[in-house]
Amino acid sequence: MTGTKRQKKTKSVSVYAPAPIQAEKETHILAVLVNNEPGVLARVIGLFSGRGYNIESLTVAETDQDQHLSRITIVSTGTPAVINQIKAQLDRLVPVLEVSDLTVETAYVERELALVKVACSGDKRIEALRSADIFRARAVDSTLESFVFEITGTTEKVNAFIDLMRPLGLVDVSRTGIAAISRGKDPIGA
Amino acid sequence: MAKAKTKKEDEKVASIDAKKQPKEMTGAEMVIEALIEQGVDTIFGYPGGAVLPIYDEIFKQKKIKHVLVRQEGGALHAAEGYARSTGKVGCALVTSGPGATNAVTGLTDAMLDSIPVVCITGQVPTFLIGTDGFQEADTVGITRPCTKHNYLVKDPDELASVVHEAFHIARSGRPGPVVIDIPKDVQFAKGAYTTKEKAVMHTHYQPPIDPDMEAIEKAVELMAEAKRPVFYTGGGVINTGPGGSVELRELVKLTGFPITSTLMGLGAYPANDKQWLGMLGMHGTYEANWAMHDCDVMINIGARFDDRVTGRIDKFSPNSKKIHVDIDVSSINKNVIVDLPILADAERAIRAMKEVWKKKGYKSDQKALGEWWKQIDHWRAKNCLAYKKDKKVIKPQYALERLRHFMEKDKRDCYVTTEVGQHQMWAAQFLPFNEPNRWMTSGGLGTMGYGLPAAIGAQMAHPDAFVVDVAGEASILMNIQEMSTAVQYRLPVKIFILNNQWMGMVRQWQELLHGERYSESYTESLPDFVKLAEAYGGIGLRAETPDELDDVIKEMMTTDRVTIVDVLVDQKENCFPMIPSGKAHNEMILSPDADKFDKTLV
Repeated sequence: MTGTKRQKKTKSVSVYAPAPIQAEKETHILAVLVNNEPGVLARVIGLFSGRGYNIESLTVAETDQDQHLSRITIVSTGTPAVINQIKAQLDRLVPVLEVSDLTVETAYVERELALVKVACSGDKRIEALRSADIFRARAVDSTLESFVFEITGTTEKVNAFIDLMRPLGLVDVSRTGIAAISRGKDPIGA
Repeated sequence: MAKAKTKKEDEKVASIDAKKQPKEMTGAEMVIEALIEQGVDTIFGYPGGAVLPIYDEIFKQKKIKHVLVRQEGGALHAAEGYARSTGKVGCALVTSGPGATNAVTGLTDAMLDSIPVVCITGQVPTFLIGTDGFQEADTVGITRPCTKHNYLVKDPDELASVVHEAFHIARSGRPGPVVIDIPKDVQFAKGAYTTKEKAVMHTHYQPPIDPDMEAIEKAVELMAEAKRPVFYTGGGVINTGPGGSVELRELVKLTGFPITSTLMGLGAYPANDKQWLGMLGMHGTYEANWAMHDCDVMINIGARFDDRVTGRIDKFSPNSKKIHVDIDVSSINKNVIVDLPILADAERAIRAMKEVWKKKGYKSDQKALGEWWKQIDHWRAKNCLAYKKDKKVIKPQYALERLRHFMEKDKRDCYVTTEVGQHQMWAAQFLPFNEPNRWMTSGGLGTMGYGLPAAIGAQMAHPDAFVVDVAGEASILMNIQEMSTAVQYRLPVKIFILNNQWMGMVRQWQELLHGERYSESYTESLPDFVKLAEAYGGIGLRAETPDELDDVIKEMMTTDRVTIVDVLVDQKENCFPMIPSGKAHNEMILSPDADKFDKTLV
């Protein structure tokens, strides 16, 4: 065998072709209607992790109790080809009834809810309340040292509010992720 | 899953018509009843604590034949072999924990090659789930990404329905494996049996079947205008059933176009026809790959642009219009962007193309097609599968040519399975595949150890056929225990080992791409395969020189028991032609170029 012979350093080799050049990434909001059965969320999430797709946010709850249907709203980022693959891969899962790409298919409204805890005293309390008022955030809990604000809106608005609270004593944030729905009279998949 | 009926509703129905009341039975009884109703005649499995109630029912009946494998991995591959050689759903039965985890490789294999398989796994009783009970594993969690769908059944009233739905899902659309995990207490519990007709299904699960006729008409128009067309077909044409192959032959004859196919699609079009270019891809023929590269219209039917087929994506068939027929929406535009996607069952799409071609009176551009065939003949003249003959050492290609010779003379139906590696590629290149469902190989997953159990599955389905597993000496050792299964059921499976003492494909890559550093690819101590076969109760034969080969193959063709043929072949032979990784179809290397091959380039 020739293994002992010193070899010139070769370029790293792979049994696979080189990675293709990536196109620009886009962010899309997908609405997915599924049968609410055990493991359905794991199927959806497993598909994203197994195939290397991104999840920016994901919300899920049962939306039709009679038919046991849940609606999952997923915000994902990827090249147009990847986004198309995500839709196709979701579509072929057995418990998935409908996949709708709100970003390209229709006009839509999106909302996110956040609970923002701020611990402060003195002037900062007044400033926090004033800022909350401007953002139409409601105080849903209050102690002498803290507030919990509830704010809804687009992700940008929620981000702006959180940034504003940071110097005033932000200690904790809980966000729901985006829920979205198409404008107009038609339901999903119509 | 749709709801099971509540008890109240059930009682109501019962009082209206006592005769229509569903039969009550135990979960284990339901499983057998449902399998019989689904037409299962053979099941491959291995018993264990969590499936004993089902095994008890198997003991009590005669309609389903159980084949006891020697490791659960073998059961899944055998079910695959059974499924691929019959077109029916293969069926396996394993226990919880290690039984299920051993089945995972076979499930993944079936997933990647779209083979319909239903695997029933036992599970610890429902009240023990989540407690790390003895032989407990999260089977649905583990198998979720490697199955088309899976179930954990906790309610005996749902069990029969789930089994029926599992078969429906396994065989419809793009076929695949389905797991049903059944806790032991559910196997004991009594419930209402649901017949196949009354089974509650995921009603929306209706994969597309019929093609969009507008797209078909556009496709046929493109085909009629084509100057350098090529058909590129895959496993989808096999999976759609024997009708797909019949329609394909008619369409190819009608148009006069050349046709190539993937590893999975071999047999759909007869290899002895002059329009056949041979297999394409990494070890495909020169003419097939060049035709793919230079074509102006590519008609992909039931293939998925796998990376072993396309080579470098950005240089893949740069000047062609691509038509892609596939039943799986996620296969379209996944690796290669196509011009005309058609979401449909392969057989129906081909028939529709054929009918439109006839109805509109299309004719191929004979002049252009003549030029194209002239070019193809020029590529063919390279004789890319040629190899240096040797009088003293058996060349693996020569061994397969001799096997081919005797198979062609044999009157029996011939089924070929393979393991994975060089021998697999040589088998694809040199053996005759003229009918669908006769060729079983692990294409997508590349599972060493697939061939022997798959051959057992095929032989169970076709007891009078000639079934041969073309193997390498490394692969065969991965599931050698299934020799014992073949002996137990008197299956005369032949194992044709091309023994070069190396993991040949690994060795080839190390030689060509890793500076001849042969890291761990040589097997220092191999068993004596002749004695090994005899130890199991089979027959062992050996050929060491070319002049011994014919007699050994002749003898192998007539044995009535499992037979290992140990063919000692050239240790240094490489598999050519070859598209090195990161290269395009027109950059393939042939055997004579191998010495000149710049090993630092890849």
